[in-house]
Amino acid sequence: MSAFISLLKRDLLLAVRSRAEALQPIFFLLVVVSLFPLGLGPGPALLAKVAVGVIWIAALLASTLSLDKLFHADFEDGSLEQFLTSGHSLSSLALAKIIAHWLSTGLPIVLLSPLLAIWLNLPHEALPVLVKSLLLGTPIFSLIGAIGAALTVGLRQGGQLLALLIFPLLIPVLILATGAVSAATHNLESTAYLLWMAAYAVLMLTLAPFACAASLRISLS
Amino acid sequence: MNPVMKFLHKTGSPAYFYWLSGRMIPWLWVIFAVLTTWGMYQAFFVAPTDYQQGESYRIIYIHVPAAWMSMMIYLMMAIFGAIGLIWRIRIAEILAISSAPIGAAFALIALISGAVWGKPTWGAYWVWDARLTSQLVLFFLYLGVMGLHSAIDEPRKAARAAALLALVGVVNLPIIHYSVEWWNTLHQGTTIKFTGGSKMPNSMLFPLLLMAASTKFYYGAALLTRARNRLLEQDRRRGWVAKSIREQRL
Repeated sequence: MSAFISLLKRDLLLAVRSRAEALQPIFFLLVVVSLFPLGLGPGPALLAKVAVGVIWIAALLASTLSLDKLFHADFEDGSLEQFLTSGHSLSSLALAKIIAHWLSTGLPIVLLSPLLAIWLNLPHEALPVLVKSLLLGTPIFSLIGAIGAALTVGLRQGGQLLALLIFPLLIPVLILATGAVSAATHNLESTAYLLWMAAYAVLMLTLAPFACAASLRISLS
Repeated sequence: MNPVMKFLHKTGSPAYFYWLSGRMIPWLWVIFAVLTTWGMYQAFFVAPTDYQQGESYRIIYIHVPAAWMSMMIYLMMAIFGAIGLIWRIRIAEILAISSAPIGAAFALIALISGAVWGKPTWGAYWVWDARLTSQLVLFFLYLGVMGLHSAIDEPRKAARAAALLALVGVVNLPIIHYSVEWWNTLHQGTTIKFTGGSKMPNSMLFPLLLMAASTKFYYGAALLTRARNRLLEQDRRRGWVAKSIREQRL
């Protein structure tokens, strides 16, 4: 447990210290979202229609971009091997890294989402649901993405491969989240979608750290 | 030792596996050829023309078995992968990764034949129908497993990483499938659903079952052939290969 907390603290400290690097996914998200009105035209009605999809896909891309680096530095300087031989449970250490990743990338995306919603003219009544869906969905990105990151750590063409590995697995999150927000836009009940997302998040929270630890063991063998 | 472990140990030995699979492959090909010829004959000459879809429905004799196989092979790949990861049996690892290209090919055949059937029936090559989309995602999952395997140079590490990914995929596959089905009903309302199965007359169903059986034998034959080649390539400097050559068992 103490190893879990110190690793979490260390990763957060690293994120705070190298602020420019930590903020890259967020800037990436802003740039990607701002490209859509330029590409699709500034019509408010059209933007409102595509807003959910755009925000979610941009969030997916931004998370993946940062997931690529999740274990990279630890792999390079040998910390990962130290985790492995330290005798601490590797899955709890993996979970610490996943939580740190979510706090440094997922949470800023959630906090930024109202701004994106205004940019894309998302109806106001859908905003709380968008924030809730991101709050439930971005941890799933970090959890499933960490398995992919652990499998591709140390590989030359890691980034693109990571996207190929995890995007198909993240389809349910995308579907449920856009479903929830669309329902809210049409003044329909969106609780069911959010509950499903919560269930999926809990399932992944229980399974992903173990899969992630197993992947790290394979990658470091 | 219990019979299961004994079986695993025995077939897990490369030399024995190589010998046994060599004996099995010709039979599997022969059964496959007989069943396919019979099934194709039944499908194209005996089965009646559909009153609604005309002759174009006959593509299901390729499409449906291919779609079934693409799902079954993913499951097989995960099972082999799990056996390989749990008991560290190299043959199971090889069988898992050798399954991937075959399954991907079946998924692609199902997608293409579905598109060809969709044009005359639905009026479009591609519709974002729930089943088509699930099949496409399945194809992507195969691509991921194959991509990961080819990105890692060391063969055993590559096989184990791919096996783990296949296992993660198998856990997520039902969730993906149902979410896609849900998404589709949300966005599209009604879609033309192909409801065959029990509503099919026996003269139409029989060739389908023949083809479903024949593709299983194709999988067996293709899988063992691939696995043998991979095994031989990995073990080319091992003693058992030289011994088998001396005893003229290769």
